[in-house]
Amino acid sequence: MAASDTQVPVAGGETTYLEAIRQAMFEEMERDPSVFLIGEDVGVYGGAFKTSAGLIERFGAERVIDTPISEAAIVGAASGAALMGMRPIAEMQFIDFIGCAFNQLTNFAATARYRNGNGCPIVVRGPAGGGVHGGPFHSLNPESFFLNTPGLKIVAPGTAYDAKGLLKAAIRDKDPVIYIEHKFLYRRIKENLPAEDYIVPIGKAAIRREGKDLTIITFGAMIYVAEDAAKELEADGVSVEILDMRSLLPFDEEAMLNSVAKTSRVIILHEATLTGGIGGEFAARIADKAFEYLDAPIKRVASIDTPVPYSPPLEAFFLPNKDKVVAAARELLDY
Amino acid sequence: MPTDVVMPQMGESIAEGTVIRWMKKVGDKVERDEPMFEISTDKVDAEIPAPASGILTEILAAEGATVAVNSVVARLSGEGEASAPAAGPPAAATSAASSPAAKPAEPGPVPTADESGAESPQAGANAAMASDVAQEASGVSPSDSTPVAKTPAPAPKTAAPVPAAAAEKPQPDTAATSGGAKASADVTSLDERRRTKSSPLVRKIANENDIDITNISGSGISGRVTKKDILDYMEAPRAAEQEHAQQPSIAPGSSPAVSPVSFKAGENVRIEPMSVMRKRIAHHMIVSKQTSAHVTTLFEVDFTKIDKLRKRYKEHYAERGAKLTYLPFIVQALVTGLREYPILNSSIDGESIVYRKDLNIGIAVALDWGLIVPVVKNADEKNILGLARTINDLGERARTKKLSPDEVQGGTFTITNPGIYGGLFGTPIINQPQVAILGVGGVKKRAVVIETDEGDAIVVRSMCYLALTFDHRIIDGALADQFMAKVKATIEKGQFTL
Repeated sequence: MAASDTQVPVAGGETTYLEAIRQAMFEEMERDPSVFLIGEDVGVYGGAFKTSAGLIERFGAERVIDTPISEAAIVGAASGAALMGMRPIAEMQFIDFIGCAFNQLTNFAATARYRNGNGCPIVVRGPAGGGVHGGPFHSLNPESFFLNTPGLKIVAPGTAYDAKGLLKAAIRDKDPVIYIEHKFLYRRIKENLPAEDYIVPIGKAAIRREGKDLTIITFGAMIYVAEDAAKELEADGVSVEILDMRSLLPFDEEAMLNSVAKTSRVIILHEATLTGGIGGEFAARIADKAFEYLDAPIKRVASIDTPVPYSPPLEAFFLPNKDKVVAAARELLDY
Repeated sequence: MPTDVVMPQMGESIAEGTVIRWMKKVGDKVERDEPMFEISTDKVDAEIPAPASGILTEILAAEGATVAVNSVVARLSGEGEASAPAAGPPAAATSAASSPAAKPAEPGPVPTADESGAESPQAGANAAMASDVAQEASGVSPSDSTPVAKTPAPAPKTAAPVPAAAAEKPQPDTAATSGGAKASADVTSLDERRRTKSSPLVRKIANENDIDITNISGSGISGRVTKKDILDYMEAPRAAEQEHAQQPSIAPGSSPAVSPVSFKAGENVRIEPMSVMRKRIAHHMIVSKQTSAHVTTLFEVDFTKIDKLRKRYKEHYAERGAKLTYLPFIVQALVTGLREYPILNSSIDGESIVYRKDLNIGIAVALDWGLIVPVVKNADEKNILGLARTINDLGERARTKKLSPDEVQGGTFTITNPGIYGGLFGTPIINQPQVAILGVGGVKKRAVVIETDEGDAIVVRSMCYLALTFDHRIIDGALADQFMAKVKATIEKGQFTL
């Protein structure tokens, strides 16, 4: 383990996705005394993935709170504190268990602004996603469970820069934000980050690759799958645009429509399973608002409709990958 | 039972027709076989009779509209239903006409690369990092260290699907969600829909640029016109000129480079759109000029023998209902020549010469509104009487728009008559895909010198200039002249089958 994990983080320079999250929490807790972290093993242990290493040493047990194993209690307590003026960050040790706090999030936190005129400014964050042989309880991508809940915001960064900037934006937001961090990226992604404070605004997508023949709309760890597919297609002279949505609720419809207007062919790629996934919502928006820009059907590439398999070969079969994206792209290009 | 009135198929090669005029209006009672509307197709103009009796309840193709063959252009209600539809249809027609087109959403400008690039340094996914990820994770196996780039490919899944296979079955995604809707009344095949409807984007581009996508060859699934196809088509110079190219055997021609002049209608300037027929004549003429190597040879022919034959048989023919002109004689003389020089009766297909046994002689008929070329089929099988009758009949029906499409197709050689108003001769343009055309000048009495055993003499003879325009690509001058010499000899000797 790198020494920095237990030390006060130094902003700037080469930074992993995981360290970017730790820095964001650290800096926000430094900046605003109402920010605190609450979750299972976030304190003394420093978090299951060490995302909160060093925080309890710096901020004390009153602002880095270890809890019993009860997501409902964690989110419930955080919501109460938020209504009392605090800015809690509630950590789900694995985002899969956010289901236990579903009621607190959808019925309570999400409706707070409507019910009493005050938002419920909590951040519920946790590691999501597969590819690490975590099986059914440790691999989920839960964004679409919450998509149908007005009042919630959802972000899903795919780069270290966005991991830090979006977490800071989420902590400063006046409403509840579900922050989905991809565990596969924790230590695989390393970027040079600016030393100064910055945020990535919620609701803005980013073009990761400019192209003209086909758009892949994606987010999270799938931006790298899209990138690999784009490289393979580029060898055949196909120019692929990759749009990283990064904010899922609200999402950047304008960026999406602009890209479709440019390329006229769309693949929506997400790691959550296909049916009822966020891709359906994206597709519906495109069909509605960019119908006359489409030169081919809207295609979705997603995980297949089963629980996340534990078996490594089955998981590999289950998840979207470069070959699946390339196959979908070729189908669209031949259309 | 309402009856659909469709654009008829006026000959095999005809894909569309233009409604020129409606003779009935909505609400009119129509008898079966009564002319309902007039159409203009690539080959002929015709009046279309009603397929059934009834009340005209709806006109779907307005005057001037060009629609595909078999499209419904109007509806007739059954005779018994006269009362109900009489009130309804006009309202329906009005609302259809005035329904505003939905305006598509216009997304704003595309964000610049700089903007997105600045806030997101590209992360190297395949940067193989020492993967201590999840090492400490309570529930996660520490064994995985595969970077994204090396994610194993799924074993059973095949590569890109073959387009043809995809065409036969609905996309899996849509099958799951909209399978039920497919059982609608739409009977056109998926392939057909892809070809004709293409995509929303292509339809929009086609509409905005007034392009008929059926004129574009598609590279997509089922021959679908893709965005790239239509954009390429629009960029390609001369594309518009080729739009109506009918005969695949004709090499595509380009329009001459004429710098466009803009005219403004005013007191002394009247601007009229060309009729469908005029547009097609214009197109055919240009295409022909650009296709063939036109050369004209001119022969002076003595028609005195024909004059005598005409005088002798005129009344006899009139009794049998035929007007005896010069034309039947000329046609028969041509037939004699064509039998001996069949290349004059041929066509060019790429680098091949297509010889045809049928001697089908087209005869250009001038109309007040243009020109049409009905064809005397198997002219070699007819005597002068048969030819006279056929030519009279075709000419009459050309003027009354009663020709069937078959009667203007299949010509192998054409005659035109520039001398009809006293012209000495003309140099005609070949009627593609034929390779020669005969222009008949005016027949006029002239003083000519003839050589006899008793010495030369100046005599009065009925003379005519015959101009043969031929395609020098395959017909050399000597051959053309030998052919013409044969025609001339036949005429001058009066060797006809009466």
